[in-house]
Amino acid sequence: MGFWDRFLKIDRRWVFLIVWIAVVIPLLKPLGLPTHITPPVKKLYDYIDKMEGEDKAVFLSFDFDPSTMPELLPMGVAVIRHCFAKKIPIIVYGGLYPQGVGMAKMAIDMAKTDFPDIKYGRDYVFLGYVPGLYLVILSIGESIQGTFGNDYFGNRLDTLPLTMSIDNYEKIGIVVDLSGGDIPTWWVAFAYQRYGCRIGCGTTAVSAAQYYPYLQTGQFVGMLGGLKGAAEYEELLVRNGIPTGRRTATIGMDAQSVVHLLIILLIILGNIGYFYVRRRERRA
Amino acid sequence: MRRTLPLVIAFIMGFVMMIQYFIPHPMSQKFYKIMVQQWLIIISIFFYVFAWRSFGIYHINKIKRRKEGWWASVVAFVGVFLMLLSGFGDRIPGAFGHFIYKYFNFDDLYNYMFAPLQATMFSLLAFFIASAAFRAFKARTMEATLLLVTATIVMLGRVPLGASLWKGLPKVVEWILMYPNMAAQRGIMIGVGLGSIATSLKIILGIERSYLGGD
Amino acid sequence: MHISTNPWVWIAAILTLAIYSFLYKDNPFYKFAEHLFMGLGIGYGAVLLWYNSIIPRLWNPLAHGTSPTRFFLLIPIALGLLSLGIFSRRYSWLIKYPLAFYMGAVTGLSVPVAFEANIFEQAQGTILKHSMFSNPWLGISNIIMFIGVITTITYFYFSKQHRGLLGKSARVGIVYIMLAFGASFGYTVMARISLLIGRMQFLLHDWLGIIK
Repeated sequence: MGFWDRFLKIDRRWVFLIVWIAVVIPLLKPLGLPTHITPPVKKLYDYIDKMEGEDKAVFLSFDFDPSTMPELLPMGVAVIRHCFAKKIPIIVYGGLYPQGVGMAKMAIDMAKTDFPDIKYGRDYVFLGYVPGLYLVILSIGESIQGTFGNDYFGNRLDTLPLTMSIDNYEKIGIVVDLSGGDIPTWWVAFAYQRYGCRIGCGTTAVSAAQYYPYLQTGQFVGMLGGLKGAAEYEELLVRNGIPTGRRTATIGMDAQSVVHLLIILLIILGNIGYFYVRRRERRA
Repeated sequence: MRRTLPLVIAFIMGFVMMIQYFIPHPMSQKFYKIMVQQWLIIISIFFYVFAWRSFGIYHINKIKRRKEGWWASVVAFVGVFLMLLSGFGDRIPGAFGHFIYKYFNFDDLYNYMFAPLQATMFSLLAFFIASAAFRAFKARTMEATLLLVTATIVMLGRVPLGASLWKGLPKVVEWILMYPNMAAQRGIMIGVGLGSIATSLKIILGIERSYLGGD
Repeated sequence: MHISTNPWVWIAAILTLAIYSFLYKDNPFYKFAEHLFMGLGIGYGAVLLWYNSIIPRLWNPLAHGTSPTRFFLLIPIALGLLSLGIFSRRYSWLIKYPLAFYMGAVTGLSVPVAFEANIFEQAQGTILKHSMFSNPWLGISNIIMFIGVITTITYFYFSKQHRGLLGKSARVGIVYIMLAFGASFGYTVMARISLLIGRMQFLLHDWLGIIK
């Protein structure tokens, strides 16, 4: 058996080990590569930034579970920090699935550490889970108080200053939906098309490529795609002097670079091996 | 009655909710508000029993019949019990409630057990995609070659290393995503959109009945 | 190195390593962790449903509300309770009523907005407008986009054989589809690796404290 035959039949556990090394080494020894900002991220950042001083809120929906936490949680933390820094009222919603509530709570706890003057009920409100999927999106368009009744902690929404004045999409400047699936398209269909509320999207890299049509039509104001999108938003916060805490997305980009190179190398080597073996078999 | 009445209900509700979108009369809007904010959400609360029933039946059967790995089903129920205990136990007044709040806090169970478990399970895919990279991703045809070349360009251009190798690479990737990729995704989206609308109409008209289960 | 002294972090780390043990081979530690995850998920959803939905949406309006119309809520509650028929073989047919009501309503709600969001707006975005030709490169790019949308749609038109002009158009459509799938694949690789990076950051930073 030749080299390429043995290579193509290598025990996959060796490949797992190589991948693990490729991830760990850049984390231990960062390369410090700069982050390049892309237009979809900049558009979303600028849109939220312009809301400073307006009496409208950002509605941030955590429509993801821990399976996509490494990509989407840093986005949520970054957007919350952005709103806290600019004193933009923000309604943090635990999402259309119950697992998102824990993610939202985690993000709030991480974001508020650098903002001691932020007050619950005035600057931000945390909404819990209500079943119904896109019925909830429609219901918010009628009344947030009518949809939820209480916040996550059990406080009546008609007693909190923020939700007393902001009760539906008319007073929401943008809905930023963080999701690993096709939930952003529901927000477009039900919140944007029906109620005219602007939508921004934070999505995993798996879904990012398919959302470009919505960017082109303007149905999405902007989009954060994957860990890179989160890193770009963190970079924008830093450039504008907003505290970011530990930039988990940016830290991960070095490892991302190295592993991508590894995957490309594996694809090239795999194809060389395949064509070599095929040519040898044809000659035989 | 058992077969026809549900289909009639589905038709009436589907038709009414479809046309009310076009009727701005206050009665139509009030009906919409009641349906969306109250009735439909309340009904959907009860649908959780389907998931609980499936979970319960599968694992109880596995334990009853002592199938291979039945002990793992016991662990599953332990997980349910732990979460319910932490979620409801801390409301019990007295020392027990305080103990639960301090040592089995609901947030801690989510942050340090559920979230790491789910995140790690999905992170296994990284290893498998690397293994698949050199075993399965072969440029056998022109189309496959085009796919792999595009993937390589996007993978390089979407990380800081790509911009370090060539400053123009991120712009090339952005162009690929914004124009040819967007065009194909839009074509697929229009096709899928038409298909899902057709399926919705089939449900409303009673042609599609699989959601009702068997008779 | 600053190893965490928080017992919860240790529990999370041990469960993480139990899942990763699957990479070597399937084993009882992995099975334990996998089934624990399943159970925790079910329990978590149940607790949230109780406190965030059942209490404020069902119990509070009926028990503490003052509006006389609140008793109309008993109608959807009664409909929803029919779902419990799934636990009985004799009465399992009762679940068809709430399912039919719900599915009919939500599909009716989705049809007009799906048309708007996925068909009309997308078609509108494809139409070549004057603003798309503000510079030559932008104009060429938008023509490429326009051709791509049309040819991709023709590829998925299966009511006629792909011959002649339709066949040529479908061939061009395949090129665009392969470009899109290549982009999606590249992005998918990125997504999967990100998940692993996240877990490694937890182990190396939160647990072992060897990275900043």
